Amino acid sequence: MAKRYSALSLLRHALLPSSPWPRAWRSPAPKSSYDVVIIGGGGHGLATAYYLAANHGIKNVAVIERGYIGSGNVGRNTTIVRSNYMIGGNTKFFEFSLQLWEGLSHTLNFNVMLSQRGQIGLAHNPSQMDVLARKGNIMRLHGIDAELLDRGQVMKLLPYLDYSDAARFPVVGGIIQQRAGTVRHDAVAWGYARAASDLGVDIIENCEMTGFTMEQGKVTGIETTKGPIRAGKTAIAVAGHSSHVAAKAGLRLPVESHLLQAFVSEPIKPLIHHVVSFGAELFYISQSDKGGLVFGGHIDGFNNYTQRGQLPKIQTVAECAVSLIPAVSRLRLLRHWAGIMDMTPDGAPFICGTPIPNLYLDGGWCYQGFKAIPASGWTFAHTVAKGEAHELNRCFSLDRFEKGGELDDHGAGNWNYKQ
Amino acid sequence: MLRITCPWCGERDYSEFRYGSDASKARPAHGTGDLKAWHDHVFLFDNPKGPHREYWQHVLGCRQWLVLERDTATNTPGAARSAREAAAKGGAGR
Ligand SMILES: Cc1cc2nc3c(=O)[nH]c(=O)nc-3n(C[C@H](O)[C@H](O)[C@H](O)COP(=O)(O)OP(=O)(O)OC[C@H]3O[C@@H](n4cnc5c(N)ncnc54)[C@H](O)[C@@H]3O)c2cc1C
Ligand SMILES: [Zn+2]
Repeated sequence: MAKRYSALSLLRHALLPSSPWPRAWRSPAPKSSYDVVIIGGGGHGLATAYYLAANHGIKNVAVIERGYIGSGNVGRNTTIVRSNYMIGGNTKFFEFSLQLWEGLSHTLNFNVMLSQRGQIGLAHNPSQMDVLARKGNIMRLHGIDAELLDRGQVMKLLPYLDYSDAARFPVVGGIIQQRAGTVRHDAVAWGYARAASDLGVDIIENCEMTGFTMEQGKVTGIETTKGPIRAGKTAIAVAGHSSHVAAKAGLRLPVESHLLQAFVSEPIKPLIHHVVSFGAELFYISQSDKGGLVFGGHIDGFNNYTQRGQLPKIQTVAECAVSLIPAVSRLRLLRHWAGIMDMTPDGAPFICGTPIPNLYLDGGWCYQGFKAIPASGWTFAHTVAKGEAHELNRCFSLDRFEKGGELDDHGAGNWNYKQ
Repeated sequence: MLRITCPWCGERDYSEFRYGSDASKARPAHGTGDLKAWHDHVFLFDNPKGPHREYWQHVLGCRQWLVLERDTATNTPGAARSAREAAAKGGAGR
């Protein structure tokens, strides 16, 4: 059992540097069999393991991670959390997730550094303002905070934007969700790993799932680089690799894997106090606690597993940054990297069973999987434990395209990479 | 940087092109009433980690559609040929 962190334990370790911090989670060898095996030790896999143990008392669980905890997208995104979604099941699901974020540091006894600095979406013409007003009204009808901002209010909050007559995209107004913000991403992975491990979950790093064992069409376990493991139920939570893993069970998914890049500038004094998104393009920016500007844009535009970005995207994202905030043209870019994401036809995820008995899927997260981690873990654990959907993930089924249940919040799905 | 050799224009940066999805899928015949066949055609992908045959359009060049062989695990491009010719040989992109 890991020691609980407290102000006193911090002080003790500060004053007695000779006593090292203990490992945060156990590192066991895999057992031959578990009630549930989760493939993928990212945010979703770890959160699912934690809620299986904490909410459903299912503690004979293993999380199999091919690299190390935090090596996937959970540690390489732009850390934005918000619940300003507008349609169908998305609205309530992402709000539930934000509510879980608000209590997560306490739940996990691990500071995930939720920073509710507010997210501002900008409008550049009157019709965009109308769309934002409609979105805000829908959010408020669901009890979610949203405030419309006119041009003057945006100028006060974001004085560094280009308001000149030469601005390529004039700023007409915006919308703010005050409760939105950012989270320290590694802490999410570490916090869930530590809390799940404390409840008895085995976290097995450096162990790749290489195949399924199947009997009479049912999944009975997995093959791994550390040997075979039997499982009552097997859950896939491998982010950008869902198709590749599901194919090993003969399953084709409505998914293509695409690259998304993120960028960090050299650190500067506090300038950007919110998360800001540019309504003229898919571009968003915030400032990290260390001072670097963190930003990103669209996916690279073609399916890919190379986890390495492409130069043309650096140029377009930089153009967005400069046209919105001219001052950043003087900054140097320190780092950029890419993560692989499942892109689905409607831009919404899957948290569901599959046509194959005992096999469950959490994937298809597109641009939005980080903010979803707590609610996804919660509802996926429910689905795996009970063999049926929770009311909040019923809409995220694999068969929704057959049934006319597409959940297309942007009205374009992710198909825009093909347009 | 991914470079694609357009059969008409020669080798160019990929940014001159637009990706157009998996070319190994054959579209169901017109009039096919089987919704499952259409669902599978429109929504399901093999999305392999490895060799992939796909459509690209040379939007900033000759605007022709091509079929490109590319390895999605390494991004190494293979040969690109005319999508029209590939289609004439039977099936979409075959
Ligand atoms: C650049 C970028 C910016 C983003 N910004 C945001 C944002 O601001 N807000 C937001 O909400 N979302 C954002 N996202 C999306 C979000 O990061 C992802 O949707 C989410 O993190 C995916 O879930 P995960 O954390 O579980 O994935 P991961 O951390 O990738 O977990 C999956 C794990 O599965 C493992 N795995 C794969 N195959 C196997 C195997 N065969 N055997 C064992 N293990 C395996 C991988 O090693 C990996 O650790 C962004 C994504 C990127 C790339
Ligand atoms: Zn050409």
